[in-house]
Amino acid sequence: MAGQGSFFRRPEKAYWHPYLAGAILGVVLFLAFALTGNGLGSSGATSRIDAALVDIVAPAHVDRTPYLLKMAGGDRNPLDDWIVPVFFGALLGGFVSGWFNGRLRFQTTKGPQVSDRTRWTLAFLGGVIFLYGARMARGCTSGQALSGGATLAAGSWVIMLSIFASAYLLAYFVRKLWL
Amino acid sequence: MNFPLDALTAVSAANPWTYVVFGCIGFAFGFTLESAGFGDSRKLAAQFYFRELTVFKVMFTAIAVAMTLLFGAVGLGLVDFGHVWVNPTYLGSGVLGGLIMGVGFIVGGFCPTTSLASASTGKIDGMMFMAGGFVGAFVFGETESLFDHWYNNAGYHGRLTLDQVFGLPAQILVPIIVVAAVLLFWGAEQIERLVGRRDMSREPRWRGVGAAALVAAALGVLVIGNPSLEDRYAKLSFKRTEAVKQPDGKTASVPRAYGADEMLAKRLAFVSPAEAFKARYQQAIKPVYLDVRTEADFNLYHLADAVHVPLARLDKIVPDLLSEPPANTVFITIGNDEELATRAWKLLVASGVQNVYILAGGVNGWIAAFGADDPGLKPLPGAGPEQLRYAFSAALGDRYKSCAPDPRHHEKLAFEPRIVLQLRRDKSGGGCG
Repeated sequence: MAGQGSFFRRPEKAYWHPYLAGAILGVVLFLAFALTGNGLGSSGATSRIDAALVDIVAPAHVDRTPYLLKMAGGDRNPLDDWIVPVFFGALLGGFVSGWFNGRLRFQTTKGPQVSDRTRWTLAFLGGVIFLYGARMARGCTSGQALSGGATLAAGSWVIMLSIFASAYLLAYFVRKLWL
Repeated sequence: MNFPLDALTAVSAANPWTYVVFGCIGFAFGFTLESAGFGDSRKLAAQFYFRELTVFKVMFTAIAVAMTLLFGAVGLGLVDFGHVWVNPTYLGSGVLGGLIMGVGFIVGGFCPTTSLASASTGKIDGMMFMAGGFVGAFVFGETESLFDHWYNNAGYHGRLTLDQVFGLPAQILVPIIVVAAVLLFWGAEQIERLVGRRDMSREPRWRGVGAAALVAAALGVLVIGNPSLEDRYAKLSFKRTEAVKQPDGKTASVPRAYGADEMLAKRLAFVSPAEAFKARYQQAIKPVYLDVRTEADFNLYHLADAVHVPLARLDKIVPDLLSEPPANTVFITIGNDEELATRAWKLLVASGVQNVYILAGGVNGWIAAFGADDPGLKPLPGAGPEQLRYAFSAALGDRYKSCAPDPRHHEKLAFEPRIVLQLRRDKSGGGCG
């Protein structure tokens, strides 16, 4: 139903223009740096939430695993980091934007040739791969490419190019997924 | 006001509102990504088939705008770049991790933050990507120990920025990148027109105005330049606690901020020879003795493990000192007396190096404290300021006994501690980085 809507199904609005969205995102990123000295990010929160779960289930395992030890060793709380509120804030912000613009609905976004089940499986697999790489590179498209890009961090620019290089190289071979 | 704000550099349970601030930043982040259309994997994947270059446009506009604002604010002296987090460079794990991320991107259709915007608006594929992300991050934590050495050392260059790589000041590099970005946007629109068959005449006119404004702002960064060391020195503030007598007769320690000149006048920046010596044997501190005297004096006599950097060359090593030293590194500048070392201290603190102190009394003071009975050292009356007040039997460097006093003979040394570790934020395993 176009036009009128209810509280939960507001009329759907168009996305922002890319340059406008980019400029607003740039101002948000700048404010994050100016106020807190930190940029934006999210993948760090994923591993911190993981570490918190492991710390509940098997605290001794945390103390034997160097990577977890740094976040959750001893009486350290892995969730006590700025990235965690940013993560939950981003979830909420996405939800509010989706509600406000009438884009809240259960659906699966996929290429025309794949089934929902295939798309779910590959999305899950992509998540596994992406976050493995993100932790290896110490940051994802937000924490490295975006934040590091704006501060001229040399390694972040290298990472940004690596991400796009491998995605472009592989795109042809998985074109059935998207085209 | 000094940005970034000290109270906000990390969240802490003592200041619950810090969570609110970071939560708001995250909210704006998620809201913007969703509004850009990044909750829809098709929009993201289209980037890699040249149909629609929204990802590139949004990301690069954001980088260009944030970069221009950031370096403009740094140039105006509003933001201290030394306190802004710059991702350290690890070429090995960065390149491999980036290549792996690219695979995850084209297979999964999201990147981590866009999957949040997607999942929170009900997209099931976004939720699946998020769930997979928890598994991937977990598996990384479990397997990291297999390549820990490579992960932490391969191609490590510390806090390395592109202006250092290209040997260009950041104020010149920023306009270059911004102009390049505008040209790339033009190219991206041509690709969209040819490959994506989009009608570009329907694009808004204001984007040309926006591009011109961005380039003008970037040229503004060039005009503003960098704040001088004097300006930065004048804005420094050091946190210390001061013992204050309470009305009831007790003393309480009250936090206080001191300017740089106050630190010198109150001698809070000076460490006694005893403290400088004891720092070597303290687990919590890693002292670096920066000897800023002439080479001749350094060869005659210097403290054990002292690093020789003549004052004239000191500015050259500042980037190395800034690039991620261990959090507990304390730099102690050393002259023959105090004048030279004080100049070194001023240069380092104004450049943003943390935990810098001056050896009180310099080398002369050190010898008076530890080398009075050294037969190879004879007092030399009539030495002027910043000259060695001792005659040396030979240029033995650090092989005089007093260069490295035996800690067993000095177990009980009384001194008023001056070193207050200013801990850098530990980002290991945290951040998005």
